Amino acid sequence: MASILVPEVPAPGFSFENCQRNAFLAQKGFPAPKATKTGTTIVGIIYADGVILGADTRATENTVVSDKNCQKIHYLAGNMYCCGAGTAADTEMTTQTVASQLELQRLHTGRTVPVETAATLLKRMLFRYQGYIGAALVLGGVDRTGPHIYCIYPHGSVDKLPYATMGSGSLAAMAVFESGWKPNMSEEEGKKLVRDAIAAGIFNDLGSGSNVDLCVIRNTGPAQYLRTYEEANVKGKKQGSYRYALGTTAVLKQRVIPLEVTSVNISSPQPMEVEPTHSRR
Amino acid sequence: MLSVNGNFPEYAVPGAKQVRFEPYADNGGSIVAIAGDDYAVIGADTRLSTGFSIYTREQKKLFKLSEKTVLGATGCWCDTLTLTRLLSARMQMYEHEHNKSMSTPAVAQMLSTMLYYKRFFPYYVSNVLAGLDADGKGCVYSYDPIGHCERSNYRAGGSAGAQLQPLLDNQIGLKNMQNVTEAPLPREKALALLKDVFISAAERDIYTGDCIYILIITASGIQEEKFELRKD
Amino acid sequence: MAFMGDMMNPAPFWQNGPAPGAFYNFPGNSSGFGPTTHPVQEFKAHSATPITTTTTVIGVKFDKGCVVAADTLGSYGTLARFRDCPRITKVNDLILLGNGGDYADYQYLKDIIEQKIIDEQCIGDGLLLKPRSMHCWLTRVLYNKRSKMDPLWSNYVVAGMQDGEPFLGAVDKLGTAYEDAAIATGLGAYMATPLIREALSVGTLDEEGAKALVRKCMEVLFYRDARAFQRYQLGVVTAAGVRIEDLAELKHDWSLAHMIHMK
Repeated sequence: MASILVPEVPAPGFSFENCQRNAFLAQKGFPAPKATKTGTTIVGIIYADGVILGADTRATENTVVSDKNCQKIHYLAGNMYCCGAGTAADTEMTTQTVASQLELQRLHTGRTVPVETAATLLKRMLFRYQGYIGAALVLGGVDRTGPHIYCIYPHGSVDKLPYATMGSGSLAAMAVFESGWKPNMSEEEGKKLVRDAIAAGIFNDLGSGSNVDLCVIRNTGPAQYLRTYEEANVKGKKQGSYRYALGTTAVLKQRVIPLEVTSVNISSPQPMEVEPTHSRR
Repeated sequence: MLSVNGNFPEYAVPGAKQVRFEPYADNGGSIVAIAGDDYAVIGADTRLSTGFSIYTREQKKLFKLSEKTVLGATGCWCDTLTLTRLLSARMQMYEHEHNKSMSTPAVAQMLSTMLYYKRFFPYYVSNVLAGLDADGKGCVYSYDPIGHCERSNYRAGGSAGAQLQPLLDNQIGLKNMQNVTEAPLPREKALALLKDVFISAAERDIYTGDCIYILIITASGIQEEKFELRKD
Repeated sequence: MAFMGDMMNPAPFWQNGPAPGAFYNFPGNSSGFGPTTHPVQEFKAHSATPITTTTTVIGVKFDKGCVVAADTLGSYGTLARFRDCPRITKVNDLILLGNGGDYADYQYLKDIIEQKIIDEQCIGDGLLLKPRSMHCWLTRVLYNKRSKMDPLWSNYVVAGMQDGEPFLGAVDKLGTAYEDAAIATGLGAYMATPLIREALSVGTLDEEGAKALVRKCMEVLFYRDARAFQRYQLGVVTAAGVRIEDLAELKHDWSLAHMIHMK
């Protein structure tokens, strides 16, 4: 029994208490609701002085678009970002968990955390859950050893590559990289190539769509998050007007609850002295 | 007997899988048809797709059966091709036998019969038939894959049908509204509504997009129109 | 009139139905319940899986014709078994045919098509089968096979000149047919079509441009498709006729491999 005196400390990790019930329900023909999947195109490349990450912005539930402008490039630390494909909740939570661990690590060591640390944390977490955390990630960042792109699969395997793609549009995007990537590209060339790869996914893969997001992480200086780098698709213009005249909706019942107004004196408390928190790099 | 797949599905590994032949495919696409007093408009998007990929962006899914009748068909494209070829053959035979083209209600009945003929190995096609009836009034017929037929004044079908029908119910059927008076729908308004409805479908249905191909059926003939949709 | 049936002597109403007192044998229902007129049987059992397979076939339309390309590998499951499986053929002076999928099914249908062309030549009326007719004929053959649950497990790309205009169409194993300026089957549908569509969106190609584009696609596929091969066949159809070029070899560059270190 939780109370103020004896607070209930939740057990760490996931709760599995409904598993048996859900399995029983599924057996009786009542399957669990479907999670939002981001049928996605996400990519990352290494260029002359850093990495560039890219993502589309469509989230789907089966064949229906559930989010037309979702963010798939997640913050991990000042020097690294991570694109997520797969189950939306899993990519979001996994990157958030790892981001907090990386921040603790940074505060503990007082150094910029290497990208490899993030890759290791992510792959260990995903491997522990044997693919049940459906997160397919492209991790990109820079540290003192240079720029890095990692490709992390839901089961916990890792690729370290100069250019990587993930998600349902990965083949379309990879076709662009295979025909266009070369070492030591300039930033402009790199951005163009990443844009083209994402656009290939947006236009040729039905699971990907809407806009292009980019994130440029240079060896020098902070990351530059280019949210909606390009609006690849514009919504059509409606010709008709779909406003309704007042009184179109039927009022079925009316009830008025009078408010009793009583005056109460409120004194505002003095704010405490607060130490400035550490800002994200 | 205990088995990994039966008793412990969580532990089953994807081993050697037998590829089973699946005779049907879902090639997507949506249709909307609206009938007025002296016209009928029907539009279908031009995206032909399978799974997560697009076969082509310019596939017309409307079939002119006569000067007064147009069929829109989406679903399993190989079935659509077969069905429409049989239909046009029977239209031609009717014309040769009776020396006139078949009226829209007659086509509607024939289509129903042809679909039910394949009751136990159906054509997986969502059909919407639009045209002018014997009195020159616009009419729309819609079907399920095995031949159930219903006449109405407006209908949405195909992959985004379930999303579009409520909008048509509200805008044309004037459902769930107070203080509205029913008035005949002018052709321009029907056409604008059809386009707007497809703009919405392209936003939310991944199988609808690229372009709409519209046919406007009036006593003076069939007019064509095209309208671009988003391509993602 | 055969189609309408014989009016004088109509067929029994339940021609394909069960005998009185018996139940109908629905396809796929093998429960064996109830009295049956004949032993419970599903559709006739066929070898419903492809055995020796080929991968992508690419077709691109350019201003004066079409190119079709395909590599020459025949895979036996995951084994790269046969290295010389040409699968682009000249049907006649107007039609170029490419194929991907089960190789035996392709050889079977190719023989039928060749005989069809010989029969046509024997008539000697000087008429040639046109690509749209070929395309339509293929949809009917493949659709009828799929309806018997005995498919020909292959995709076809029909390229040709239809009344002086380039024609490019595809048919899959179900009989799904469409025409487009950019066609690729197999893994190429995911990897080659994005590149071709992008190139075509800039403007129409000429023959050399189309060939270069197809070569680029074959190269990308060789890098990424585990069932692809570096030797490929390329055919061109224009108003001048059909030309199948000698086998070409792709150049490949793996210098990138030295840049990949896990540490």
